[in-house]
Amino acid sequence: MTYLTKPRLHHPSLTHNAVGYTRRDYEGKISTLCAGCGHDSISAAIIQACWELDIEPHRVAKLSGIGCSSKTPDYFLGASHGFNTVHGRMPSVLTGANLANRELLYLGISGDGDSASIGLGQFAHLVRRGVRMAYIVENNGVYGLTKGQFSATADKGSKSKKGVVNADSPVDLVGLALQLGATYVGRGFSGDKAQLVPLIKGALQHRGMAVLDVISPCVAFNNHAGSTRSYDYVRAHNEAVSRIDFIDLAPATTAEPAPGEVIELPQADGSRMRLRKLHADHDPTDRASAMNHLMSLQAEGEIPTGLLYIEPEADDLHVALKTPAQALNQLGARELCPGSQVLAQLNARLR
Amino acid sequence: MKRIEAVNDFVVKFANVNGSGSASANELFAKAILRMGVPVSPRNIFPSNIQGLPTWYEVRVSEDGWLGRRGGIDMMVAMNPQTWAQDVAELEPGGYLFYDSTKPLPPTAFRPDVHVLGMPITAICNATYDDPRQRQLFKNILYVGALSVLLGIEKAVIETLFAEQYKGKEKLLSSNIRALELGRNFAAEHLSVRPIGLEVQRCDKVGNRIFVDGNTAAGLGCVYGGATVCGWYPITPSTSVVEAFQNYCSKLRVDAATGEQRFAIVQAEDEIASIGMVVGAGWNGARAFTATSGPGVSLMTEFLGLAYFAEIPATIINVQRGGPSTGMPTRTQQADILACAYASHGDTKHVLLFPQDPRECFDQAAAALDLADRLQTPVFVMTDLDIGMNTRLCEPFAWDDAREYDRGKVMTAAELEAGRDFGRYKDVDDDGIPWRTLPGTHPTLGSYFTRGTTRDAYARYSEAGPDYLYNVQRLLKKFATAATLVPQPVVTPAARKTRLGVLYFGSTAPAMDEALVALAESHIHVDAMRLRAFPFPDSVEAFIAEHDEVFVVEQNRDGQMKSLLVNELEVDPHQLVSVRHYDGTPITARFITQAILAHVHAQAVAPKRTAVKREQSA
Repeated sequence: MTYLTKPRLHHPSLTHNAVGYTRRDYEGKISTLCAGCGHDSISAAIIQACWELDIEPHRVAKLSGIGCSSKTPDYFLGASHGFNTVHGRMPSVLTGANLANRELLYLGISGDGDSASIGLGQFAHLVRRGVRMAYIVENNGVYGLTKGQFSATADKGSKSKKGVVNADSPVDLVGLALQLGATYVGRGFSGDKAQLVPLIKGALQHRGMAVLDVISPCVAFNNHAGSTRSYDYVRAHNEAVSRIDFIDLAPATTAEPAPGEVIELPQADGSRMRLRKLHADHDPTDRASAMNHLMSLQAEGEIPTGLLYIEPEADDLHVALKTPAQALNQLGARELCPGSQVLAQLNARLR
Repeated sequence: MKRIEAVNDFVVKFANVNGSGSASANELFAKAILRMGVPVSPRNIFPSNIQGLPTWYEVRVSEDGWLGRRGGIDMMVAMNPQTWAQDVAELEPGGYLFYDSTKPLPPTAFRPDVHVLGMPITAICNATYDDPRQRQLFKNILYVGALSVLLGIEKAVIETLFAEQYKGKEKLLSSNIRALELGRNFAAEHLSVRPIGLEVQRCDKVGNRIFVDGNTAAGLGCVYGGATVCGWYPITPSTSVVEAFQNYCSKLRVDAATGEQRFAIVQAEDEIASIGMVVGAGWNGARAFTATSGPGVSLMTEFLGLAYFAEIPATIINVQRGGPSTGMPTRTQQADILACAYASHGDTKHVLLFPQDPRECFDQAAAALDLADRLQTPVFVMTDLDIGMNTRLCEPFAWDDAREYDRGKVMTAAELEAGRDFGRYKDVDDDGIPWRTLPGTHPTLGSYFTRGTTRDAYARYSEAGPDYLYNVQRLLKKFATAATLVPQPVVTPAARKTRLGVLYFGSTAPAMDEALVALAESHIHVDAMRLRAFPFPDSVEAFIAEHDEVFVVEQNRDGQMKSLLVNELEVDPHQLVSVRHYDGTPITARFITQAILAHVHAQAVAPKRTAVKREQSA
């Protein structure tokens, strides 16, 4: 980390995207995390994804809980409103914010302690409700800010930096998300940006509840031998089941690749997602099959990554609640207050 | 034997079994008297149970318009064998015991000093109806029929109420009228031989008042006040606030053409998530509220601290019940005052409003939404079970169509564009209230990162002492501003100059009104001030200063309002005399009157400047 102020000067040769922003316009404050922290790679991937998607930064609301991961929204999208909420409670705050204004994009940043321990309940219920958002868990299996305790996602049998062996079974956030009805579920690795950026892009474009579990090694407390969240371990066990080649905003016109290898998934905004399957027996549009495939890979000690499941035509909580297209926070007394005449009728019925 | 004789001034109590369908029949009884122009105030005394446990319904009939609980029972309608002994014992001497005489009872089951009216209700129902459910339900209508004859309640009034209730359901209408007739006929033939001393006489003392419960009123107040987001978790006695909000929204906020709903209600997984949703919606500029009770407030406290420091509007309707956590969910108390005033860790203080009746529940729910936006802070509406779950006669709801919602200090894109300085936590108007921006307002200006306390006036990360001090001292200034914006206290001066004052609030109001008259009749004159909000406006301190002794009447064990007054105003604790009622039943005028009289008389004998506590005996 550094205490230097980030220079605001942009090089004139920087490329602008379709909405007129350079990649640097998506940056935030300088990170205060440790040098080499996986979380900073994820922040960089978010910046890249938003720039590539031509998202105006101020149309994103970024919310987080408490912990190292939850500090990161300050380090990207500096022109967005951010909210560092209560430990484990980002899901409920984001739900309320989303209900207030459905016109913004919602990005929730959390960690494994924040989402799998103190906030497991809120995580589960947010997924159940189908709140439209991209929920990114920066998962390092350890409590960083309090210096190295196991988190609830730490694998059974893995060893802490101080040599303690974890006796508890891990919470599998991806498995939970699938079981509870998330409509876009993926797992990434902070060390594989080529895979991660398209996963984040897909999550931001998704019209429903998107969960990304991103393995993000903690260089200070969980990068040693015996850890199952170290860079070395994850690289050795990373088993990508799919790869998003690109997301084309225009309808695809190119020649179709061989069937069975690439799936074209129509997106709600009219674009198409091309998903390259890397495992023949993985069907990313079948929830039960995706869960089976995931479970069997994990049983073999692999860490399945990539887009694991997607329901392209997903809808969200606003559809269930039949809210208007206009944001609720834009409605005034004219739309909300029934007025004195109606009140007089109500009074009459109460006599 | 003594006979209680009274016209339009008595108390009837119904002892029933929960789930037997008695509630609607009892309400019919109360409403029929009301339609005859005589004020009534009914109270449900119910268990935490759906079926089987005892439940009571107490109706006070009062031509003088006293709506507090009086204490004492003049007529008992004893329909529950489980509670027979206690119900019989509760009657005033000379009172009337109405009971189902189908099963003979030994003479020892009765009292020599009460008048007994037996009616074989079960036998009549069994002889008349084949369907077991009807046999049960119409028992209730049968006793209403009999009581209408005994007390002189007009038959036509009850028939009109039936007609309104069963509009379009002719079969139900005729069967109910038949049951009413059965009850009336039996009473006319067998019970009117010795007319009883209680009578309802038509008068004109109801006026244009309405008859509604506080939770319905609060729910409607949230509709009128412009709430669009509600996160909630079911908890007695607050659940019906959200049910009313849902119900009125379904009727009043749905687009007829598209079916779009201009509201979002989410039943959360717990109260933590409820308040989280409210905070998220408030941060993002929607008016949001939750309704809860004491245990829910306990769970919400971490968020309440964040909302206080991050300055986010939130409205919490706290329908108080008997504490603590799993204590008395179906009993009333005002025992969350301190828990709400200082909810959360760190130095926090919250705005509290105290409605006295359903009309004020409506007004204050709408006012709370305005105040929360104006002050950018949580605002509690501190109602309770007595107001919330009982139907109460009150002034009709009113709304000024010219009224605009006060959205507070929200800086627009145009203002930012014009170069206006934006410091999220900066006091620019000298009232302690900063400006805020909503997410998505402007591409390059006005965004900020929301945190608890570690930031400067421009919302930049800072752990520096001076930044912290600037912020928390500004919050105190904002709280002082709040005192000028909240509903101000209402003073009822005594008929003559007095050195005694009384402070009271919330559901104590009707009993206090009546006690003031009773005290004046005993030549004890007391100036009264009804508190309607915390922080306390300056007038509260002035009122205390103007009197030698000030009673503080409240419904909790520890004198929480007294503590709050002492703590916030730094008044001499000995100047405040605590009058506390906290057995879970609503406070009565008799209790207040006796407590104040006892204190005044004790002082006359041995005047000394010490706090004399008057507490109810256990």
